[in-house]
Amino acid sequence: MSDKGLISMVEREHINSLLIHGKRIDGRNFDEYRTITAIPNFVPKAEGSAIVKIGRTKVIAGVKASIGEPFEDTPEEGVVTATVELIPLASPDFESGPPREDAIELARVTDRAIRESKCVSQDSLVIIPGKKVWILFIDIYVLDNDGNLFDACELAALTALMHTQLPECKIITNEDGIEDVEVLETKKPIQLDHIPISNTFAKIGTNIIIDPLLKEESIADARLTLSFTEENKICATQKGGSGSFTIDEIKKCIDIASERTKEIRSKLNSIINPEGYPWSEER
Amino acid sequence: MTNKEKTVLITKNGIRHDGRKKTDLREIRFEVGILDRADGSAIIYWGKNKILAAVYGPRELHPKHMALPDRALIRCEYRMATFSVTERKSPAPKRREKEISKILAEAIEPAVFDYLYPRSVIDVFIEVLQADGGSRCASITAAALALADAGIPMKDLVVGCAAGNLNGEVVIDLDDVEDKEGQGDLPIAVLPLSGEVVLLQSDGVFNPEQYKEALDLLMDACQTIYKLQREAITNKYAKITEEIIEPVEVEPEPTEAKVEKKKGEKTEEKKETEEKTPKKKASAKKAKSEQSEESEKKKKTSKKKEKKTPPKKDEEAKE
Repeated sequence: MSDKGLISMVEREHINSLLIHGKRIDGRNFDEYRTITAIPNFVPKAEGSAIVKIGRTKVIAGVKASIGEPFEDTPEEGVVTATVELIPLASPDFESGPPREDAIELARVTDRAIRESKCVSQDSLVIIPGKKVWILFIDIYVLDNDGNLFDACELAALTALMHTQLPECKIITNEDGIEDVEVLETKKPIQLDHIPISNTFAKIGTNIIIDPLLKEESIADARLTLSFTEENKICATQKGGSGSFTIDEIKKCIDIASERTKEIRSKLNSIINPEGYPWSEER
Repeated sequence: MTNKEKTVLITKNGIRHDGRKKTDLREIRFEVGILDRADGSAIIYWGKNKILAAVYGPRELHPKHMALPDRALIRCEYRMATFSVTERKSPAPKRREKEISKILAEAIEPAVFDYLYPRSVIDVFIEVLQADGGSRCASITAAALALADAGIPMKDLVVGCAAGNLNGEVVIDLDDVEDKEGQGDLPIAVLPLSGEVVLLQSDGVFNPEQYKEALDLLMDACQTIYKLQREAITNKYAKITEEIIEPVEVEPEPTEAKVEKKKGEKTEEKKETEEKTPKKKASAKKAKSEQSEESEKKKKTSKKKEKKTPPKKDEEAKE
């Protein structure tokens, strides 16, 4: 992230010297992910919502829907867009105001994973082909930043979508023969065709670690986010930071992410816990 | 939730659309210290409201020219998440949010000893995750807890609550439906110990009698909420105090005796800042925390908390 928290030289040295010995400040292995919890339906007023915790990082996503017209170049498709806000409540490094480039990058990467994986089924979104479609807004707010916002935002968006219900629609033809949409009271869950899961790596010196903490991010040279579908296809990639990766490093990341995303996907049922506690546990 | 037909806001027997009586509050629940990055934080669940508050500071103020030479600037930002309401709200701050931010900051100021931190800023951020009527009152109630959690010296917590006019009946704590369909809304915030009103607004119509009745009922309601609010923070810091003390006690010692012995002196110290003599529990906690003098900053804040919000003194005094 461009918004780096201040980190002292001592701490920087500490993180580095641990990495040399193959250790991390929270005791994890380089390829070990933090505990993930996803709490769906936190905001019942939204069509779908979820709080996701990765370690101490917390984000909330809410889905709102409205009926609109499709884009001209994709008349047969509904619209799904994601926004991310780095609200100042979440960190002393965030400032209020319109989203800056780091928030926009976060939103666009999340958006890309959802869109490119063809996550949401068009059957759920198209009402009258070419005329009326559902427009889904996935709005994500970071609530507490302890690193790896990319994965947290993506998972929050996904969990919110998995719990999104849209009103059923009836197509009516009025006396002029024009088709219109009547929104019914009954609701139906949207159908998801694909489940994208992303993994983010940080590169510090020559070491590459998965799921970086904020402190690790703040001294990292580069960042790499890879999103996988359930068919083990990469549906989104984003490299960030001023450092670089070698081809071998990228290949290694792909192998690790392929494994980790599979693991996360297989555990999704236990990760998504309606009874989960969304905040920091008592210390 | 659909109000196709007109909702009966209040029946002849004084029962409201959700089954509450005139002065019944919705369920209120708090949690304190729930965000890690913030200096202080709290969430309030008030009816269907879910509102987060976070405090940062006292810290350096940007831009510098806003700095006050004799006290801290209290800055508040009230925002609503796009999905907090039925129709998606656009993410850009509206005039309403700006106004509420301003009055909330002004309501917080009287409670804070702001002269202790000249030229700095105390930032209060409020994020409404789900709104259900009375969100500004819930916000300030949560913000006060977040301030206390941040260890900001305060003379009292701040409690907000709203009254309304439903077909001529004065009721307490409007929800969304009542807010929209009722005839009046009267939010206030008070410092419960002194009874000072720090926020007062109203829209819609009240006749003078109704207005006065509303104020009286609100004062009572605020005291009820105050109790819950204080419980929330004392519960949290009671736990932390215990955790800090345990590792210090290497060998088990007869704490009972020690507490009794220390009780007298501590009580006197405490009198300086507080009006009543603390009962057993309060002084025991304090005496205990006194033992681990050298343990870090956290303990300091927890002690501060106890001074500001004397733990359960009133309840115990009553018993």
